Amino acid sequence: MSLIHEIDYGTPASRSEKLVTLTIDGNEVTVPEGTSIMRAAMEAGIEVPKLCATDMVDAFGSCRLCLVEIEGRGGTPASCTTPAMPGLVVHTQTSRLKDIRKGVMELYISDHPLDCLTCAANGDCQLQDMAGAVGLRDVRYGYEGENHVFARAGTVANDQWLPKDESNPYFTYDPSKCIVCSLCVRACEEVQGTFALTIQGRGFDSRVAAGPHDSFVESECVSCGACVQACPTATLTEKSVIEIGQPEHSMVTTCAYCGVGCSFKAEMRGEELVRMVPWKDGKANRGHSCVKGRFAYGYATHKDRILNPMIREKISDPWREVSWDEAYKHVASEFRRIQYQYGRNSVGGITSSRCTNEETYLVQKLVRAGLGNNNVDTCARVCHSPTGYGLKQTFGTSAGTQDFDSVEHTDVVMIIGANPTDGHPVFASRLKKRLRKGAKLIIVDPRRIDLVRSPHIEAAYHLPLRPGTNVAVVTSLAHVIITEGLFDERFIRERCDWDEFQDWAAFVSSPEHSPEATQQISGVDPQMLRQAARLFATGGNGSIYYGLGVTEHSQGSTTVMAIANLAMATGNIGRQGVGVNPLRGQNNVQGSCDMGSFPHELPGYRHISDESTRDIFDKLWGVKLQDEPGLRIPNMLDAAVDGSFKGLYVQGEDILQSDPDTKHVAAGLAAMECVVVHDLFLNETANYAHVFLPGSTFLEKDGTFTNAERRINRVRKVMSPLNGYADWEVTQNLAKAMGLDWNYTHPSQIMDEVALTTPSFAGVSYELLEREGSVQWPCNEKAPLGTPIMHIDGFARGKGKFIRTEYVATDERTGPRFPLLLTTGRILSQYNVGAQTRRTDNVVWHEEDRLEIHPHDAEQRGLRDGDWVKVASRSGETTLRALITDRVSPGVVYTTFHHPSTQANVITTDFSDWATNCPEYKVTAVQVAVSNGPSDWQVKYDEQARQSRRIAATLDAAE
Amino acid sequence: MDSESHKSTEQKLVYMANQIAGFFHTQPKDEAIVGVAEHINHFWEPRMRSQLFAILDKDGNGLDDLVIAAAKHIRKPGSVPA
Repeated sequence: MSLIHEIDYGTPASRSEKLVTLTIDGNEVTVPEGTSIMRAAMEAGIEVPKLCATDMVDAFGSCRLCLVEIEGRGGTPASCTTPAMPGLVVHTQTSRLKDIRKGVMELYISDHPLDCLTCAANGDCQLQDMAGAVGLRDVRYGYEGENHVFARAGTVANDQWLPKDESNPYFTYDPSKCIVCSLCVRACEEVQGTFALTIQGRGFDSRVAAGPHDSFVESECVSCGACVQACPTATLTEKSVIEIGQPEHSMVTTCAYCGVGCSFKAEMRGEELVRMVPWKDGKANRGHSCVKGRFAYGYATHKDRILNPMIREKISDPWREVSWDEAYKHVASEFRRIQYQYGRNSVGGITSSRCTNEETYLVQKLVRAGLGNNNVDTCARVCHSPTGYGLKQTFGTSAGTQDFDSVEHTDVVMIIGANPTDGHPVFASRLKKRLRKGAKLIIVDPRRIDLVRSPHIEAAYHLPLRPGTNVAVVTSLAHVIITEGLFDERFIRERCDWDEFQDWAAFVSSPEHSPEATQQISGVDPQMLRQAARLFATGGNGSIYYGLGVTEHSQGSTTVMAIANLAMATGNIGRQGVGVNPLRGQNNVQGSCDMGSFPHELPGYRHISDESTRDIFDKLWGVKLQDEPGLRIPNMLDAAVDGSFKGLYVQGEDILQSDPDTKHVAAGLAAMECVVVHDLFLNETANYAHVFLPGSTFLEKDGTFTNAERRINRVRKVMSPLNGYADWEVTQNLAKAMGLDWNYTHPSQIMDEVALTTPSFAGVSYELLEREGSVQWPCNEKAPLGTPIMHIDGFARGKGKFIRTEYVATDERTGPRFPLLLTTGRILSQYNVGAQTRRTDNVVWHEEDRLEIHPHDAEQRGLRDGDWVKVASRSGETTLRALITDRVSPGVVYTTFHHPSTQANVITTDFSDWATNCPEYKVTAVQVAVSNGPSDWQVKYDEQARQSRRIAATLDAAE
Repeated sequence: MDSESHKSTEQKLVYMANQIAGFFHTQPKDEAIVGVAEHINHFWEPRMRSQLFAILDKDGNGLDDLVIAAAKHIRKPGSVPA
């Protein structure tokens, strides 16, 4: 093992297909036209000294170190800003260049501290390297002159000196070490797209600043880490590096937060994680990161982690620590007892969208082969199950159609019910890069998300629809495209069923689907909707990105079908820059669905009633699988309340906090006789558990995650599991205790079994992933290196299917008692139920959930910003503090659900998507009123949670 | 449970079945009946289907006509193996 060093080519790659050949230091080099001389030299293995260049941002030409000489041209041009031209003869090292570079370095160092030995960047400092590279031996000017280095000159304070800014929890800004290369400012602009940093002042007064008078933590900075990564000195440095020192080895692995699935180098010292650095070859993130993946990994070693298995008889008892063997035996005997007493179908399992594909596969295998039923589900039930259903019906495959690179080729982007800058930040940065280069943006969202207007980004159209009216709006978009003749007839005739198209076209063309008619329902200005539809249909490559604002509705599946219709009608499927792109929530929610986590289908989305598919598994596993679908999560809870469902194994999922209608979930869990929670922490669900099995983090195991673009990425073990076992080992041991003969010794063998049984994974193996870095399924004989873009020559199901999408209003309606609509979402710094991010320093950005309310609605209720308010729905009530803002329309309120004390799901109802039972999180009719503090329910809940987390002291006396 | 959103499983099944019918009502007529039945066959666990048949036997069960029409295509669960 060693530290992975990535080559920095100095300037970005050119996309040109035309090649040019030049000579650099006697070597002939051929590069695409538009490549800089600096990059061409690096491709020939010649590293020109540089301080202000990196291949992540455009050339700037300020450090005056990368100079070269070109035969026949005068002067010493900067190699980063000079393009390679045919026939150039370039010299990178001449006596003239040596003198200039040494002179430049001498000036830099004359205003830089000489504390290299005690500096955090020691060993990883480009300034130090360059001083070495140019042979700097002496600084003739001395260090006494005007400088930024010393706080005082003798007894006089130095006005140029600024103290260290340590306000950000993860990195420091030390102005005394800054060489004003502008790399951080450019990384913030070009890579992240936030424009938080700037260079203040001119000449010798120039310095990096995060806003006019702000410290980093108070500024617009989103703490993505791009500036820290770009900094060539110790000016911006990870606090972890300051504390621990430089890493000595690294491994490439995959982030365990959102569905973007960024690749990182986990940089280690022994088994201690020094830092996570985004990997440039990562095909999802291309070297970028967000605050969660880059910095928020502290939960992995948090003191709250439970490291020993525990059991208890009743949920009112304190926990008792036991040996792993005792825990396994207890679960096995309890599940067998329950099945004997209540029937084979009285138990089930929930797979985790945070765990690896291999772990998920094992949990569903345990349920199907070990428990002998199909009662297995996963948290995709509450997020993207409508995506699976809707895209399967229309296209034939339950997944997005593109890779993330596709966004670089799009011309018009439509975002529906998603907030990428918060939920999928690295994708948002890639999108913003394309938008700044001219792509147009349409946003369909009840709330004014950041992308509607932020620095250098402005949506062409924002359709602020009333929550719950997606189907009406998307069908109206189709109405305009059909009635105005903007559809792509050639594409439709070639790829889709023409009769079905005609039926659908007649349906959407009817006057009740016109934007003028649907305005009554949605509140969207018809003229603006018409213009948005025209732009999407005629603006070039049109792509649709959507999130949970589409799926988490009574008509979630219908909206997904409406989106698919729109893409087909405009011919926006089957090439780069187009497509239907679900932004999936969790790191491995795509994978958990792929692996057969749904109760009605086996791995690879094959229905359980299909005999030939069952046969494959029957033979391999030596069992007879049930041919009937099992219970979905909400059905399990209903059956539990009814008394026919009694035992549940939950891996890495907190249904009590994340599922709707908390009281019903609690009642279901309380009615069960054996709830097994397998997790890092005593989560909320564990309050109702009888057995706790400690889980492991993504840093502690091998495996794979599959991201939103169907990309299978490796997860690599960089430290031993604190709890002793990877999650797949725990599931295997549990299976063994139940009498199953499983003998996997490495997750690669589990993936081999997936490949053996599942056609779309037939070509996948760890060896292939090692070689290729990652692949996108389908990966098989037809596509040995995977499939970046789907449905290229035709749809997976044959002909694309147009489906009528009639708007049916949700039964969750406002009225006199509950006049406002509550919708929910996420914030950048926190992740889902917050189990991980709340246990990191990310809490400095979001220490509580707030209720966003429009000034008009606030005034009517006499609310001031920051007041405690009570939010009540038909299901229940909770309290939190108000945030008055016009980001939400009058009549709409909004909150995040990252903190358990908020209990946002006490108010959400049990309404759900008609096809998949995906809960309707995005629409709840509520009333808001002033309050004095936590509700009775919150107080009671806190007390119950506290009681339930007690762990009995272990007896240390000898027996 | 006290608050008004907490329905019995039976009420929920009626609601869910009618929601499915609600979608298929808008589809071409010949596909609607089979559509409802297939959807329930594909996604409802046997005990849910058994409960649905018990509800179908009741007068004034609140089920959508389309669900009632689809019933003959819905698979009757066999005895669940112990």
